[in-house]
Amino acid sequence: MTTLPVDPATTPDAVSAPAPTPTPQAEWRTLRGRNVGDRLYRVTLTALALVLPLLLVTLLAELVIGAWPAIQRFGLPFVWTSVWDPVAGVFGAAPMIFGTLASSLLALLIAVPLALGVAIYLTEFSPKWLRQPIAFLVELLAAIPSVVYGLWGIFVLIPFLRSYVVPPLRAALGWTPFFSGVFYGNSLLAGGIILAIMIVPYIAAVSREVLLAVPANQREAAIGMGATRWEAVWTAVVPYGRAGLIGAIILGLGRALGETMAVTMVIGNRHDISLSVLQPAYTMAAAIANEFSEAVGDLHLAAMFEVGLVLFVITVIVNAFARLLIWRVARGTAVGSRAL
Amino acid sequence: MSGRSVRRHVTSGLMTSLVAVLSFTAVFALVLILADLIAKGASSLDWDFFTKNPVPAGQSGGGVANAIVGTGIIVGLAALIGLPAGVGTGLYLAEYGSGRLGWTVRFVADVLNGTPSIVIGIFAWTWLVRPMHGYSALAGSVALAALMIPMIARTTEEMVRLVPHSLREAALALGYPRWRTSLRVVARTALAGIVTGCLVGIARIAGETAPLIFTALGNLNFTTNITQPMQTLPHEIYEYAQGPFEEWHRLAWASALVLMSLVLLLGVTARWAIRQRHGAAR
Repeated sequence: MTTLPVDPATTPDAVSAPAPTPTPQAEWRTLRGRNVGDRLYRVTLTALALVLPLLLVTLLAELVIGAWPAIQRFGLPFVWTSVWDPVAGVFGAAPMIFGTLASSLLALLIAVPLALGVAIYLTEFSPKWLRQPIAFLVELLAAIPSVVYGLWGIFVLIPFLRSYVVPPLRAALGWTPFFSGVFYGNSLLAGGIILAIMIVPYIAAVSREVLLAVPANQREAAIGMGATRWEAVWTAVVPYGRAGLIGAIILGLGRALGETMAVTMVIGNRHDISLSVLQPAYTMAAAIANEFSEAVGDLHLAAMFEVGLVLFVITVIVNAFARLLIWRVARGTAVGSRAL
Repeated sequence: MSGRSVRRHVTSGLMTSLVAVLSFTAVFALVLILADLIAKGASSLDWDFFTKNPVPAGQSGGGVANAIVGTGIIVGLAALIGLPAGVGTGLYLAEYGSGRLGWTVRFVADVLNGTPSIVIGIFAWTWLVRPMHGYSALAGSVALAALMIPMIARTTEEMVRLVPHSLREAALALGYPRWRTSLRVVARTALAGIVTGCLVGIARIAGETAPLIFTALGNLNFTTNITQPMQTLPHEIYEYAQGPFEEWHRLAWASALVLMSLVLLLGVTARWAIRQRHGAAR
């Protein structure tokens, strides 16, 4: 069982404003009424601050209104049927939802070891002079525009996969359903790898902060009991920040789910469910990018709105969950064992 | 040393090397991408690239002047809309944000920060493209501004909160009203940080493509009319990369290099600015 040695009373406010100040709150109230500038300032800022809630409410409302014809027509089966026929007016989004989840999970599978490796190396093992440069370079990965990743995926990654990665993969694992079929290039595998590179910096940056927040005496105690350096990290540091690390990973998942351009350019955009990572797939974001402005008729457009709504709801839930986990570590209320 | 102890120390050494290797793999990916951008893009950067408009498909030559100007206009307009709203929201959160509304705005900002940019594109489409019966640069700018506001609001708030309380108290003690204290003393002190946040926000939206696909759309011709479809660098890369012509691919790589340099320049300037600031503060 681990608890934080942080006293909740020592927040920055309590430190900067020491003991006897005669209730400034009452003073404020009388002053506030008197100055017109103050009122104007407060009203202006409040109006600007209301822009965001208004944006969220209208966004949600318009998604629901736009999707309403499709929701009425297809109901819940929209999310688990897989016929997508704009001409006949039948829509089921299961392949897109499957593709979104599959590509994101594949990305996590690749990105999590990399990102945690970066975070652990930077906080625990690397020489001091290497820390800033490596952290900076990894963060730069997040600055590369999505469309540039897509370009790189088409002309560098896919040819590389075709010549050097897929043939041995198929030779070794071709008998499993996950690596069966012909490889044309654009595929779930290409999408997953591109996504993985894109989310590594996010997971690494948050994980690093979480690990930095682990108090030094966790490490010292483990070393003091005779643990090797790795054992100290693995048994005393990582479990302590577990909730935050999981939060970081889920935050990465949220990014991957909504990522559009790079995935659209390499995943193949085929409306089909296949277990094989070598086959083309489709994601919700990619479908919106490709079909939204070319929707044939009102029902098709409504179906696109509904895809947008599903994507929005999923990402909101995932992000809220991630923030909750990270918050717990940052706030120091319950780390590790209680969260998961 | 017993066998078990040796094994534990070997494991420790192996795992240490493993995380080091993983770190360098991530850095290697970055180096690889940047190297490819330079190798495939740099040779196409000539005078024509920056000053000419695209030539008809399949012909060689031409440049992307329309996309460069378009990116400037659309991003500039987005900043014009997004910066005041973002900074204002941030100031609100830092100055008056302790109540329920503050909590709500903060939460909403975080939710919107995680919202896929393509969904924001749908938002702009519904409000500006459909009522105006046509794609326009303005709609693209609004979509980018909507992406930018929550980002800038949160960084502004953080930067303003870093300002020592004593400064505010000193200004108030001198008889400054609260609004002047907030603007002339607190916001001014945090100015470097706020500008940094704005630069990072601009850098982030400058590379966005998804919200532009069905708002600004893209345009083969040169235009500065914001009620018309307009080409941008990211959208041009998207179109050209998927096209069949060798010439398009060449232009796409060069555009990607230009876009990347632009984004990096903004980001590195921002980083440098904040480091100066914090170095001085300590």
